[in-house]
Amino acid sequence: MRKLFLATTAAMALAAGFASAEEVKMGVALGFTGPLESLSPPMANGAELAAKEISDSGKFMDGSTVTTIRADTTCIDASAATAAAERLVTSDRVAGIMGAMCSGATGAVLQNVAIPNGVVMISPSATSPALSTVEDNGYFFRTAPSDARQGVIMAENILDRGIETVAITYTNNDYGKGLADSFAEAYAEKGGTVTINTAHEDGKADYSAEIGSLSSAGGDALVVVGYVDQGGKGIVRAALDSGAFETFVFPDGMISEVLESDFGDEIEGSFGQKPGNESDGLGMFVKLAEEAGFDGNEIFAPESYDAMALMLLAMHSAGSTKADDYKGKIMDIANAPGEKILPGELGKALEILSDGGEVDYQGASAVEFIDPGESAGNYIEMEMKDGKLVTIGVR
Amino acid sequence: MDLLNAIVALSNFVLVPAIAYGSQLALGALGVTLIYGILRFSNFAHGDTMAFGTMATILFTWWFQSLGISFGPLPTALLALPLGILGCMAIVLLTDRGIYRFYREQKAKPVILVIVSMGVMFIMNGLVRVIIGPDDQNFADGDRFIITAREFREMTGLREGLALKSTQGITVITAVIVVALLFWFLNRTRTGKSMRAYSDNEDLALLSGINPERVVMITWLIVAALATVAGVLYGLDKSFKPFVYFQLLLPIFASAIVGGLGSPVGAIAGGFIIAFSEVTITYAWKKVLTYLLPEAWQPDGLVQLMSTDYKFAVSFVILLIVLLVKPTGLFKGKSV
Repeated sequence: MRKLFLATTAAMALAAGFASAEEVKMGVALGFTGPLESLSPPMANGAELAAKEISDSGKFMDGSTVTTIRADTTCIDASAATAAAERLVTSDRVAGIMGAMCSGATGAVLQNVAIPNGVVMISPSATSPALSTVEDNGYFFRTAPSDARQGVIMAENILDRGIETVAITYTNNDYGKGLADSFAEAYAEKGGTVTINTAHEDGKADYSAEIGSLSSAGGDALVVVGYVDQGGKGIVRAALDSGAFETFVFPDGMISEVLESDFGDEIEGSFGQKPGNESDGLGMFVKLAEEAGFDGNEIFAPESYDAMALMLLAMHSAGSTKADDYKGKIMDIANAPGEKILPGELGKALEILSDGGEVDYQGASAVEFIDPGESAGNYIEMEMKDGKLVTIGVR
Repeated sequence: MDLLNAIVALSNFVLVPAIAYGSQLALGALGVTLIYGILRFSNFAHGDTMAFGTMATILFTWWFQSLGISFGPLPTALLALPLGILGCMAIVLLTDRGIYRFYREQKAKPVILVIVSMGVMFIMNGLVRVIIGPDDQNFADGDRFIITAREFREMTGLREGLALKSTQGITVITAVIVVALLFWFLNRTRTGKSMRAYSDNEDLALLSGINPERVVMITWLIVAALATVAGVLYGLDKSFKPFVYFQLLLPIFASAIVGGLGSPVGAIAGGFIIAFSEVTITYAWKKVLTYLLPEAWQPDGLVQLMSTDYKFAVSFVILLIVLLVKPTGLFKGKSV
């Protein structure tokens, strides 16, 4: 059936003289300014690497080329995110959007732009549990797992180390509150005690008051659900300086090289986790990234590569850049059965799809989609050892 | 022993941080209050003036560090501070010549000057980001601690530690020196007296032969010095990030207004009131009470008046109460 469909579309395309190559535009909508501005460049580079690889292969949709257009979703300003995405769709006429970055901005773009205009978007990094249940008409996917899952993983990680009481501080937004609550629930269920679960505001002048309360509540470790560029860092600094806590637990928003450069061995033995895996794919992606001149180990860079690759492969498989034609193909491409595809093998994937075969896209982050179109969720456990963030294993 | 533990815990998490933060706010509020007293407008560009002065100091600090100059156990930034102040003075005089003087000559209303200062704020904001970027810059070097919490615990055998950062010590000492110098200048020197005269009654001061342009220039120079010192101390203690300096404007204005705009003593008192209210009112007393009370009475909860989310609300409630009860502020500044 599938072959027949492909054959007919190919025949129709030939008949209509459609074989001529076209330029496919893809949006890269990330928070280039705002609280996560330091994480955005490697993510954009990851997505653009995939686009370039597919474009340069010459096999994409009869030799079509792919160009990417960046848009700034600012992470915190929903109206700015909506305006930026609106521009991508209405003025640049992109065929799909790789983004958005933060959960709040992603929800806004999805509701205001993607669904009304019928554009597919794949977010590499929006992790709010709320996005799992949103009515998306099949236009929304994410290569990042829901934080409901991260909360459970983090709780297990902490209890496995014998730490039974923790204090939690979270950044006061969708991401912080969602993850802190899902973690607190999972941790308490598994027998841990949360002494305090309180918010901090980003970009504030002084965090002594927050540290005073956290320290008073006590706990063997401090779980910092925040951003490493923002309040999260201020909290860790103040907690270290006053000797309130010595061990910290870092979820994905905090895992960054900044921890090494700013704290180093001061936070020896602190640990955390970020979405990802240790598959062959990651290594290959890091190598590709190195050749392209950026660090592929940066958080969400692999997921960005995968998000872009998935969309383009789905378009190729459907033989169309129309969202309604290719949105149904994304799950097929991401999951078994089919030939496993790793980073750097996108050309091969295009060939297989052209020949009517099936692929099981693994990519850089071992993509495995579950309903409703989100990553099942592997996490890399990291720990600070001798002032460096090292990988402990995969959960 | 328990009493000592309670005192140490309270000092470590409330007194020491609040005193350091209060000094930083006080220095910032002094600058705001001087501008208000003499130039008669609320200078919204003050936070970004601080950022600019700090940025200049950081650039000189990096230059010194590359030359291998250091200040022993003290941060190199203190050596670079005078140069940073000069840089800040230059930009502040430039904005006065280029922008504020035009409106002064027109005898523009204070509210117009406030809006003008917002324009200056955005320009400086951009300038700092263009030169040094929007990212965090850590420029503190030298010894980080006078005593760490762990050393204190080992030394005294107490369960609670008292950490004293060298930047906190430097902040308080520098603030005391700067404030003493400022008050000596305002009360004892001829120029200082002419500034106060100009502030009290502009027309009378002009009649008695005080040169207004000179008073204005000296005010800007002092404000630039205060802003740079406040900014550098804050940056050394926490870290330098342009956006955070912009945000500092709020607590600084709250301090100046609570103390009474135009009153230098008020600015200092206001700085400490705001800092202490932010830290103490939202403090969870559980730890302290656990040491003080007999076991049977020890609290299970956090004994926290309100969550730390409300710490800004607290300082602004204080601000509102002061304005309702004493519109001129605690120390009889000019009415807002």
